[in-house]
Amino acid sequence: MNKAKTLYDKLWNDHVVRSEKDGTALLYIDRHLVHEVTSPQAFEGLRIAGRKPWRSDSILAVPDHNVPTTDRSLGIQDPVAKLQVQTLDSNCKAFGLTEFDMSDVRQGIVHVIGPEQGATLPGMTVVCGDSHTSTHGAFGALAFGIGTSEVEHVLATQCLVQKKSRNMLVSVDGQVQPGVTAKDIVLAIIGKIGTAGGTGYAIEFAGDAISALSMEGRMTVCNMAIEAGARAGMVAVDQITIEYVKGRSYSPEGAMLEKAEAYWSTLHSDEGAHFDKVVRLNAADIKPQVTWGTSPEMVVAVDSVVPNPDDISDRVKADGMRKALAYMGLEAGTAITDIAIDKVFIGSCTNSRIEDLREAARVARGRKVAGNVKLAMVVPGSGLVKKQAEKEGLDKIFIEAGFEWREPGCSMCLAMNADRLEPGERCASTSNRNFEGRQGQGGRTHLVSPAMAAAAAVNGHFVNIV
Amino acid sequence: MQAFTRHTGIAAPLDRPNVDTDAIIPKQFLKSIKRSGFGPNAFDDWRYLDAGGPEIDNAGRRLNADFILNQSPYDQATILLARENFGCGSSREHAVWALDDFGFRAVIAPSFADIFYNNSFKNGLLPIILDADIVDALFKRTAANPGLQLSIDLEAQTVSCEGEIIASFEIDEFRKHCMLHGLDDIGLTLQYADEIKAYEDKRKQSAPWLFQKA
Repeated sequence: MNKAKTLYDKLWNDHVVRSEKDGTALLYIDRHLVHEVTSPQAFEGLRIAGRKPWRSDSILAVPDHNVPTTDRSLGIQDPVAKLQVQTLDSNCKAFGLTEFDMSDVRQGIVHVIGPEQGATLPGMTVVCGDSHTSTHGAFGALAFGIGTSEVEHVLATQCLVQKKSRNMLVSVDGQVQPGVTAKDIVLAIIGKIGTAGGTGYAIEFAGDAISALSMEGRMTVCNMAIEAGARAGMVAVDQITIEYVKGRSYSPEGAMLEKAEAYWSTLHSDEGAHFDKVVRLNAADIKPQVTWGTSPEMVVAVDSVVPNPDDISDRVKADGMRKALAYMGLEAGTAITDIAIDKVFIGSCTNSRIEDLREAARVARGRKVAGNVKLAMVVPGSGLVKKQAEKEGLDKIFIEAGFEWREPGCSMCLAMNADRLEPGERCASTSNRNFEGRQGQGGRTHLVSPAMAAAAAVNGHFVNIV
Repeated sequence: MQAFTRHTGIAAPLDRPNVDTDAIIPKQFLKSIKRSGFGPNAFDDWRYLDAGGPEIDNAGRRLNADFILNQSPYDQATILLARENFGCGSSREHAVWALDDFGFRAVIAPSFADIFYNNSFKNGLLPIILDADIVDALFKRTAANPGLQLSIDLEAQTVSCEGEIIASFEIDEFRKHCMLHGLDDIGLTLQYADEIKAYEDKRKQSAPWLFQKA
């Protein structure tokens, strides 16, 4: 029987080494991305047990969470952060692993550099001790975040013990209006299904509006699959995928590429494949999105108002909304466009690629950061993104408008380095999480697209940009 | 890993949905290269009134008296009663290490985020999924009887209260086996090293581009 399979089914089947009766499988991992925060305890565990990495050539390491985004020649000032980055350097050296260290132009956010280098390829299983590993699913890969024990498990065995998730299809039908971006699409999806809507599922994003996205746009969508509760998000391989992958440092060439392309072209869900859950959105209905609360599902269109918990019948949910409003210092009924901001952050594994920077620069060009905005910063996703942006003169546009132009890293997405919000400060951020304290204790985060962040910077508040 | 068979302890009610791992252990503590010592900073932003960090001594900090885990007898709780989507967000296993180091042996909630759920099993912290109605009833029962103790029997897959079984829970056979015996699953996987190598040999033929050096 030749049963129709989903993309996820195919990726899963191709990586099963063995299965137990209860469905638990040993899944083979092709690419292991490593950063400084979630790996030291894994390497330590490996050493204690007298083990070595099973396949060191599958590993690509980079420091990103802790690195400073200001002058690198000074090194890392925080001694605790410094030790963590040095620990990654020494572990990579000891085990012979490829690492782009802080002085390497290829250094950047792990989820930006994987695809940039061609280290992420269609059909791969990709893991990293970081929940935003779902980003790599944009390539028709099975990519998901893991904890440190699992990092150690992959280091030691090249495999993970996994149970298969269920299949979910999120189809965004038709085309979005001009000015509506990949970020708005994914925020609208999370607003619809909720932050636990994808729990237990692998999500395939499909539909005309997804197919029309560039690879960078698809990465933005898959990046936030985890914010919808799904460990893995993915998009089928098409010509856009293959064109993007070709010619990168770690991509196959020549006859090997031909063979790979033949396989890659099979990486899509078959006609009639079964999904356990199907969600549809009409692309034309999606407007620029702004989060108002402390969970990514607390999101509305920019031309809307802050919702009222009194309108919600579910007590637990309404209480959650009240807590969020109190934390955010907002009142129900306030127009989103009346919310003034203190800081702007353009960056993160969600939105720090060259197209994101172009989109923000287009809005910022010839304008000035508003007087009430204390800091507007642009943090490119990698050294190579930064170089490309400078080649295009984007850095000058930002600097002339009053933005700070920084070195690559995770930066104020999670504020592990010196870039952070002070208590009560309100930020328009292109990152992925608006949790309490995420960008600094007491800080208030509004998640938006790069264009919206730039527009908020030059206007001092959110504006309807469509 | 610490084995889990049976456990009885005080259940602390943490009454809010979508408790994320950033809340369980804030980012500044992730700079540690160790697995231990996170307990004093579990729920740091909620637990203390002043800012904390890896270089700050917690003994000198002001506790938030309104936070449940600062109240007696919940400062002695070993079971956490939580709402929907517990452990969402970041994959940081530090969140599990912090709960474990605080003294928790189990978390009961209507649903968990996938990565947190998985990380818990690797550290002997038992995540128990019960129907939202049952969890809600437990919240009410705890409110009426502060310091209420619950008993968990992993072998029987039950939760009891005051000698009476109040719920049964589901758990994967493999995970249950590892928890009951405190097994290191890397060791288990390495028993299949030959199968992994055989898979690799086959894959090198069909998809050789996957084996180029990174």
